[in-house]
Amino acid sequence: MTIPTTPEASGTIAGTNPAQEHAAEVEQQVVNHRRQSPGSRLLGVLAWVVGLIFIAPVLWMILTSFHKEADAATNPPSPFAPLSLDGYKSFFSAGPWPPILNSVTASVVSTILVLALAFPAAYALSIRPVRKWTDVLFFFLSTKFLPIVAGLLPIYLFAQKVHMLDNIWLLAVFYTVMNLPIAVWMLRSFLAEVPLEMLEAAQVDGAGLLTTMRKIIAPVVMPGIASAALICFIFSWNELLFARVLTGTRAETAPVFLTGFVTSQGLFLAKVCAASLVVSLPVLIAGFAAQDKLVQGLSMGAVK
Amino acid sequence: MTTTTTTSPTPGPTPGPTTDAKTSKALQRSGDWARRAPLLPALILVIVATQLPFVVTIVTSFTRWNAYYPDKRGFAGLSNFGTVLSDPDARHAIWVTVLLTVSVVLISLVLGLVIALLLDRKFLGQGIVRTMMITPFLIVPVAAALLWKHAIYNPEYGLLNGILKGVFGNGAPQVDWIGTHPLMSVILAIVWQWTPFMMLILLAGLQSRPMDVVEAARMDGANTWQIFTNMTLPHLRQYIELAGLLGTIYVVQNFDHVFTITSGGLGTANLPYYIYQTFYTAHDYGLASAAGVIVVILTLIVATVALRTVFSLFKEESR
Repeated sequence: MTIPTTPEASGTIAGTNPAQEHAAEVEQQVVNHRRQSPGSRLLGVLAWVVGLIFIAPVLWMILTSFHKEADAATNPPSPFAPLSLDGYKSFFSAGPWPPILNSVTASVVSTILVLALAFPAAYALSIRPVRKWTDVLFFFLSTKFLPIVAGLLPIYLFAQKVHMLDNIWLLAVFYTVMNLPIAVWMLRSFLAEVPLEMLEAAQVDGAGLLTTMRKIIAPVVMPGIASAALICFIFSWNELLFARVLTGTRAETAPVFLTGFVTSQGLFLAKVCAASLVVSLPVLIAGFAAQDKLVQGLSMGAVK
Repeated sequence: MTTTTTTSPTPGPTPGPTTDAKTSKALQRSGDWARRAPLLPALILVIVATQLPFVVTIVTSFTRWNAYYPDKRGFAGLSNFGTVLSDPDARHAIWVTVLLTVSVVLISLVLGLVIALLLDRKFLGQGIVRTMMITPFLIVPVAAALLWKHAIYNPEYGLLNGILKGVFGNGAPQVDWIGTHPLMSVILAIVWQWTPFMMLILLAGLQSRPMDVVEAARMDGANTWQIFTNMTLPHLRQYIELAGLLGTIYVVQNFDHVFTITSGGLGTANLPYYIYQTFYTAHDYGLASAAGVIVVILTLIVATVALRTVFSLFKEESR
């Protein structure tokens, strides 16, 4: 990223003595650090308030999931009602394991396939680039911008024709294609950080491809591969529309299971909260693990 | 991968797609293929799996095809497009898609900017608040939609009415949130999930700001507002554009929230839901495809601008 400085700003810098300025700056920072002004403290409090408002629905979901159905559905709410595992018990007795297992299969298999295909592709777009590699890169990106819903019917018809409807492996392949462009972009931006001089030095020393991969490339890109994997996993796990259309009773995934969950009469709030929390847990874990690289993945590597 | 080493005698890594002038043409050609080989599986898969379906969609959009009447299948000309554009439901779906996308993106962008500015300052528990802010984005969309529908909006025991009653006593107004404000309810639930996304991109933008220049401006007597309008905002412009465009591309396709919170009822059906319904419930393949083509055209307009923005960021970065 280059820095777009305004003309006024650069003008003022030129007018001052850099050393003096730096000393004053450090002094100012020390003062700022020691004595926070009331206004600045207020902004800190405000940040906390906003953060709490945003996480409140999640906290409420967690609390409700541990209440008895009768206590969960009171008005005004009863946050201090005795805790109970009834919500979880009734969720787990509704048969969520096959759908959860399907989600795990589709997400994990597709993530592995994505990495296996994306890593060589990213290599061919960065370290030993093909001609017109930017065109290829932007082709990958452009496919991500096409609305996926427009492919719903053809993919359904294809699945019907090859008798793969209600088959979790088809969904895994579909998720692979869905996430490949993101992974190629992410991995490319990590591979581009591998220092070229080191690669050249390795070549001069006669290191083979495998040695170069293990000794030079892997240490730099491993964290990137991990976060790309986590982000692909999240996207596959969350997907609803295609899972709903392409699967039936055998291959339904956890999100599809959730949509069919609230059909029963009577009270179900604790059960729904427990279910939502359990299904979101893998995403929460993966997301917090990839926290630092989340932006990079979501912006297809455009923002570091 | 191993074939790359054995068959390519071309010199090692080069910064760009430049070829060594000394190598003979034949060597160069085999080197080219060695370079291309690792790319091809991914590229071919993506081309086949993304371009072919769209060709099928375009062909189908000109076809009269309802799965309930397979014998009436035939060429339809532009009649599917005529039906979509004159069908009040479809036209409403187009309008809802635009309204939903624009309001979600604008609201979450403004909120995201304010929160990013708050989080960019040092304060006690900065990291904790950042983690708290990201959490809504890490709830599975269907689960989040269920949470808002049942635990928050429910008129009898939802959190919103519960808070109203808890604060104002038994005479408190009790609102049927989804019934009276269906679209607002959907928008709020999506804004809750997408504000963290905007915040993360804008925060990354803020943190890439050159602090020495900002400090220097401050030393020279520029106040916080001047620094914000003259330095921070111009620097953030690209990030705001990128966040807005990416947000648009994701939100335009929203299905989970509309499907879960209102099942497309109460005038909240957007185009993805309309397509889902036309195809999945009404089995009108021709009509669903025509609607699909319209979504593609709508998205292409945004995507062209988005691609250009990503490209300019990309160029600056590799400079």
